[in-house]
Parts: sequence; C-alpha cells; structure tokens
Amino acid sequence: MKLATMLILFLLLFFFSFAIGRFPVSSGTAATILLSRIVSIPSYWSAEMETVMFKIRLPRILAATLVGAALSVSGAAYQGMFRNPMVSPGILGVSAGASFGAALGMLFAFSAAMIQVSAFVFGLAAVGITYVIGALFSKRGEPTLIMILGGIIIGTLFTSFVSIVKYVADPYNTLPAITFWLMGSLATINMPDLYVAAVPILAGMAVLSALRWNLNVMSFGDEEARALGVRTGILRFTIIICATLMTAAAVSISGIIGLVGLIVPHLARLLVGPNYTHLIPFSIVLGAMFLLAVDDLARIMFTVEIPLGIVTSIIGTPIFLYLLINTRKGWV
Amino acid sequence: MLEVRNAYCGYGAKAVVKDISFTIAPGELLCLLGPNGVGKTTLFKTILGSLKLQAGEILLHDEDVSKWSRRRFATKVGYVPQAHTPPFPFQVLDVVTMGRTAHIGMFSSPSAHDVAIAEETLHTLGISYLRDSVYTEISGGERQLVLIARALAQQPEILIMDEPTSNLDFGNQIRVLEHIRNVAKKDRLSVILTTHYPNHALIYASKAVVLGRDNRVSVGTPQEVITEEYLKDAYNVDAQLLGVKNRRGGNFTICIPALQM
Repeated sequence: MKLATMLILFLLLFFFSFAIGRFPVSSGTAATILLSRIVSIPSYWSAEMETVMFKIRLPRILAATLVGAALSVSGAAYQGMFRNPMVSPGILGVSAGASFGAALGMLFAFSAAMIQVSAFVFGLAAVGITYVIGALFSKRGEPTLIMILGGIIIGTLFTSFVSIVKYVADPYNTLPAITFWLMGSLATINMPDLYVAAVPILAGMAVLSALRWNLNVMSFGDEEARALGVRTGILRFTIIICATLMTAAAVSISGIIGLVGLIVPHLARLLVGPNYTHLIPFSIVLGAMFLLAVDDLARIMFTVEIPLGIVTSIIGTPIFLYLLINTRKGWV
Repeated sequence: MLEVRNAYCGYGAKAVVKDISFTIAPGELLCLLGPNGVGKTTLFKTILGSLKLQAGEILLHDEDVSKWSRRRFATKVGYVPQAHTPPFPFQVLDVVTMGRTAHIGMFSSPSAHDVAIAEETLHTLGISYLRDSVYTEISGGERQLVLIARALAQQPEILIMDEPTSNLDFGNQIRVLEHIRNVAKKDRLSVILTTHYPNHALIYASKAVVLGRDNRVSVGTPQEVITEEYLKDAYNVDAQLLGVKNRRGGNFTICIPALQM
C-alpha cells in the first residue's frame, strides 16, 4: 500500500519535473507534449519546447531518477552489511577512485565518454584494492571492520591523487573542469550516457532486490548469519559488486553527489522499518524522488544553476539533523 | 546424535583443546563448563564450524559435518548467541523468521508457511505477546528467549547456546533455563550450552563436559565430573558440594563456596 502511494507520488514528481527550468513550459503543455508521443495531438507548442523537453529535460530527469535510486539502495545495502548506520556508498573508496579517474581523463583531455569510462574503471579499481586488503588482513577478526578501515585509507589515497592532478592541471581550463565535476551535476547528461549507465544500475538493483531477505540476516553479523545458513563470504562479495557497479556508474555520469546514499535509507527506514523486504524498494523510489526534487530545486533556485552536489549537501544536512533528533531509537 | 571424536581445536597450529570426545543424544542437555581461557569458546566455535578442526571428527548421524554446506548444517544445528543489540530496530517476528533462512533459497524471501513456523515457536516459548514488539526495545531476558525462538524456527536437531544466562537477572536465568530444559525434554532436541555457573550444570544438565587447566577434560554426569577437586583445580577456589532435597522432593547436588565464618 505504502509503496503504491510512493510510486504515484514519484510519477507525479517525475512528470512535474518536465515543467521546471529556465525555459518556460507550463505543466499542462509539458503533459500534452509527453502524451503526444503516444497519441497524436495537434501541435500548439513550439519546436523549441519539444527540444527542451526531450533533448534536455528527459535525460536529466531519467538521470536524477537512476542516480538517486542507485546511491540510496547501495547505501541501504551497505548499512546493513556493515551493520553501521553511518555508512554511505563511498565507504570502500568508489567515489574517490572515480573522482581520480575523471580528473585523470580531463587532464589528458579525453572525450566526455572516455572520462566516464575512466571514472567508472578507477571507481571499481579503488574498491578492488580495498577488497583485497580486507581479504588479506581479516583472517581472524571482523572482516567488515578491516574493510571499512581499508576503504578509508584507499579513499584518502585516491583523494590525494585527485589533488595531484588538480595541482598539475592547467588552471584556466582543466582545473575548473575538474572542480565542477567534483561538485556533481546532471546538466550535461545526454541519452547515450544514460543507456550505458542504466545497465549496471538496473542490474545491481535487481540483484540487491533478490537478496533482500539475506540482507536482513547479514545485519546481525557474520557469525550469526553463518549459523543461520548464509554463505556470508559470497553474499558479501555479491553485495559489494552490486553496490560498487551501481555507484561507479552513477558517479561517472553525475560526479560526486554526497549525502543521498547516507540519508535516504534512513528516511526509508523511518517510513517502513528496517526489514529489507520493504526497505530495498522504498530506498529505490525514495532515492529517485529525493534527487529529482533536489535537481528541480537546483534548476530554479537561482538564475545561475548551482551544482547538484552542493544543493544535496545543503538540503541533506538539516534533514539528517532532523532524523538524528527524531529517530534515535531507529538505529541504536 | 552428535559425536565429537578425538577433536583437537585451536587457532592456527596451536591446539587449545586436545583430544576431546563426547556424544549427545536427543533429549539430552549438555553443559560445557570451564574457567576463562581454557578453550570453551574455541571448542564451541569448532563445533559450530566457525573454526576448522585441527584433528579428529565431528559427526552428525555418523556423517562428517565438515563437508556439509552452511545451509545444510543450519537445518540441523541451531545457534543461540548471547543476547545482543543489533544496529537496526527489527520487529521480533522478523528476527524469529530469520531462523528460516536456511530453509529458503538465497534469492527468495520467507513464505507465509515460514512466518507461521516463526509464530509457532514464539507460542512454544510463551512469548507470542512479543510478536510485534521491537527487538531492540525488549528486556535482556526477552531478547534471549527471542533468540532461542529464532534457533527453534530453524527446526534443528541440535541447539547450541553460548552462555544463555549471562547478563540475565535471577528470575530470567531460571525462566530461560526452564525453557531450555523443556525444549530438550519435550521436543527431544540435543542441547549444548556453555555456562559459568556450576550450579546450572548440576541442577539442569543431564551431561557435563568440564574443561580444566592443562588441557584436562572430563565427560560424564554433572555429579560425576563437577567435583570439589575439579573446582579447586580449575578455578582455584575452595568450594563444597552439598546434597539437598527441595520442597518438591527432588534430590539435587549444589555447590557453594566453603567460606570461613
């Protein structure tokens, strides 16, 4: 029931977002233009309107939906697996790795598509290194703890690599480009980018959804999960693969968008409780809605568009504080 | 029927527990007793399969369990950890239903049948009223019972419990032990539990495995193996065993410190 309500709200927001932006298209006209793609309606709108709707706003809206859903469902899965409500999808270094990949691509003046590939690959590489560290040093102890520590170290390492690239980059062209990328934005997204990113994101979502019951069991810790019959090693590996592919794909098209993967799972938990059977679908829908709404705001708040990553952080912080005050027992 | 045969357990190459053998039959309650640091937890983890056996065998119905999958093992052996607080406020029924995990596939979720089994185990332990409570908000004794319910939902033949009475008040200790004894007697489960209290073994157990210093092990009825000599040797205290008759005519051996007045 709740999920159906959320889906309707999401669809409303989704279509409403077409009417938002500097170029004026009323929501009624926007709906009609969308509808005209399915049934033939005599055109009373300008060709520019249609271009704006389908070439600019549609990819952006789809991107916000995908990226928001990917980040929050990854965060939800990680919080359970690491048994820690403070964990976000970047905990194993994927964002730092992707940042370095993107910065490197810009330094060597790669094409836009290759910059995304580079970000994706380095995002995966960073998590790969973290995973190996975890596997090597956790023979006896708590494997997840070692992995988090490894992630912090690898994340820091790649962040300093980013600094090196910025330091040597051309301060008039490349440096601002890197800086803007790191702030996160969906302004330059086009449909081909989306097709590529959608594959790992949708696949990861499907697998995590199928694993939702085992995620419950994992949140009771390794030893108990094993005693309950879960093959924790394989499960952990699968979750990390899914979350990493999704986050790396999201970050490579959007840049760094903070707080979504940390906050949205908590919002979802507030609504439906910690059981992953409900938490996974809710995190997906709520994450999509959150980023859509924030991106809408980013588009209209000021005459100059503000990078999305900045707006999510500014809006996310008070929400996070609200959650801290109101749901203390929610995660203690 | 679980059999531990000439088992050597420990971390790495060093054996902490050497050459231990015992069996436990359906309906038996076995207490594992021993001071800190003699390998109680090591033996425990080895039986559970978290630690590899260094030598020897662990057999379930004459089959070597080391070759079993985690899932198959979990359908035969249930584990009750010490009551703890998980990071997320799960509903009690959800926690108990997690006991069904081994019976459902990795990519599926529990069915109505699984939930019904979980509800039944809550009923067996007389805690149906906790069904919709939040696991992190109930008392320590209740939480311990919920964990027992979860292990029972696995529908195992053997139940392994890690100090089920630690951190519980006097009433909850007795209630939890009473339930454990019932589960063994009525449902014909084999129960292995560790405890720090010789009296719990003497009063409730049908069998005891006591670990002493220098890898000494003895197996027998609690009255046979928990002796004043053992308590002196293992714990370095002067304790005395007394035979008592309770109000309902039951004969018990209990252990008290031999204090000087």
